Amino acid sequence: MNIGTWVAIAASAFGAATPLIYAALGELVTERAGVLNLGVEGMMLVGAMSGFAVGVSSGSLLLAFLAAAGAGVLIALLFAVLTLSLQTNQIATGMALTLFGIGLSAFAGRSFVGLPIARVPAVHIPLLTDLPVLGPLLFHYDPLVYLSVALCALIAWLLKRTRAGLRLRAVGEAPAIAHALGEPVTRIRYLAVLFGGAMSGIAGAYLSTALTPMWVEGMSAGRGWIALALVVFGTWKPWRVLGGAYLFGAVTVLQLYAQGLGVHIPSEFLSMLPYAATIVVLVVICRDPRTILLNQPASLGRSFHPG
Amino acid sequence: MRLFEASGWGLRLERRPRASRIMRIVSSPLAALAMVITGFLVLGALGKDPLTAFKVFFIEPVSSLYGIGELLLKATPLMLCALGIAPGYRANVWNIGAEGQFTAGAITGGGVGLFYGAFLAHWALPAMLIAAVLGGMAWAAIPAFLRTRFRTSEIFVSLMLVYIAQLLLSYLVHGPWRDPAGQNFPQSPPFADNALVPTLFAGARVNLGFVFALLLAGVSWWFGSATAAGYRLRVGGSAPAAAAYAGISERANIWLAMMIGGGAAGLAGICEVAGPIGLLQPVISPGYGYAAIIVAFLGRLHPLGIVLASLLMSALYLGGESAQLELQLPSSVSGLFQGALLFFLLAAELFINFRLRRVRSSRARVPAPTAA
Repeated sequence: MNIGTWVAIAASAFGAATPLIYAALGELVTERAGVLNLGVEGMMLVGAMSGFAVGVSSGSLLLAFLAAAGAGVLIALLFAVLTLSLQTNQIATGMALTLFGIGLSAFAGRSFVGLPIARVPAVHIPLLTDLPVLGPLLFHYDPLVYLSVALCALIAWLLKRTRAGLRLRAVGEAPAIAHALGEPVTRIRYLAVLFGGAMSGIAGAYLSTALTPMWVEGMSAGRGWIALALVVFGTWKPWRVLGGAYLFGAVTVLQLYAQGLGVHIPSEFLSMLPYAATIVVLVVICRDPRTILLNQPASLGRSFHPG
Repeated sequence: MRLFEASGWGLRLERRPRASRIMRIVSSPLAALAMVITGFLVLGALGKDPLTAFKVFFIEPVSSLYGIGELLLKATPLMLCALGIAPGYRANVWNIGAEGQFTAGAITGGGVGLFYGAFLAHWALPAMLIAAVLGGMAWAAIPAFLRTRFRTSEIFVSLMLVYIAQLLLSYLVHGPWRDPAGQNFPQSPPFADNALVPTLFAGARVNLGFVFALLLAGVSWWFGSATAAGYRLRVGGSAPAAAAYAGISERANIWLAMMIGGGAAGLAGICEVAGPIGLLQPVISPGYGYAAIIVAFLGRLHPLGIVLASLLMSALYLGGESAQLELQLPSSVSGLFQGALLFFLLAAELFINFRLRRVRSSRARVPAPTAA
């Protein structure tokens, strides 16, 4: 084991964490507005499929990500209309969104299975990228890796320091009071859900154009659910969600390197690691009831009918 | 809330003074109808003749005794899993990992059949069924324990355990349980005759599992409407505060709901592998455990409704296969229709407690947001 291997592991961990960051940050904003959208997995798949399809057809990765975000918004709109306007149960509707997204992406993406696509290229920063150790560790990623960190900072700032963030949080904590104060509760929740959809779409497109540049049915393999769990793990705080995502990225990548490190465990058990880790971190974070009570948006998952 | 308005008139969504009984009964058929209509629109858009498509999708698969057997065969795991998770959904216990408990049951029951089948002789099948039920329960016990002990969401834990169970099965059939005479295919040896779930009649593959499913439906009906435990589950879900005040134990409710779900899904698992599949292999379900969630809601969490809904869902699976063969449609079209069905259903359910009224819209009703 030389330092190069460790740097390579760390570097691929950042890549593996990136889709989780986009999806989890989007869901964080949705949940801070009081809406629990369990459809992240479905939205990610729709994003992955549409991003890949547009990327292959147009040759433009920018268009691919725009299409993925747009597809995410559209399918999240379906969820928003049902839960926010028609007052359906958020858990059931989220499940429906996931099942629908899996079916829709498999159906619409069938002619794109097996096609090649050019991977999102890494940006080359003069001098910095060429640094030994630090270069490959910090300065050789694609733009979306850097953007995800910027997005985290932006969301943290918006939620904590701006009036818009305060209104969003008010709607999530006490929708009835926010309504009485004249806040357009339903409209704010719509926007939060649509933002979550766009982010999940981007997360999906990152999977199909950057992490593993291809399209296969169900390729997100539970990452949407892990992103949902990360929001709980990060106690609804952006920076903690970011940290959690890197932790998960590391767990995901370690299984790939474990064989090389001389660990002789059947690959199936190594593949279980991210899922088992999700359960473990959820238990750790939920052990103290105050953690959830103090941090979870008070109206999370409850419908609000403005009358 | 205003939903729509044009030239001073609009539609308003209004809570009904009491739930509509008619809507309660017709909401599911309405959703099914909307799904069928959407299906034809999609097929039409793909350039298929709707009438032929209807024949291929719904008529041809069940136009023979074998076909009807297949309908019941595919309805079996759906019915068992849905009947298992429905009591939990009434009690606000969201077990969405029936697919994993199904796999766990197939592993434990299948293991007993593979390794003790010869020794147990004609006791092999009962032992396998019991092992499968226990296996499914054990898998469901993990989220139940973590929820009651650490308040960890059973939604995430039960779902994560689906992936873990599938990987475990994959490991077993690639490794220790692989058939040495199986030409290196990742599958176990086939179950011996005494370790197979018997079929119900010659010329079709539907097996004893279907009878179990119907029995479970009967028991569920009785359990839900005539037992104290069933009542406690319902109160725990619909009025948690009242339930707590009345001394109903949330912990007991969670355990009960998860055990019913896990046991039923485990039973479904063994009836599938020791039935139509006949051995253990990496993939043993086209997502029955997930589709069961749709079935449970489509059946409005009522045993009779679930029996009917699982037959409809089974017809969807069969229709999808038949459309794949004859219309060259991808099999994923079933998944698409399943998801759409659940959406229609949720939207139709709205009209049980709400109604649409035409109102003269008045913009002044909604206060303007406070200026920044």
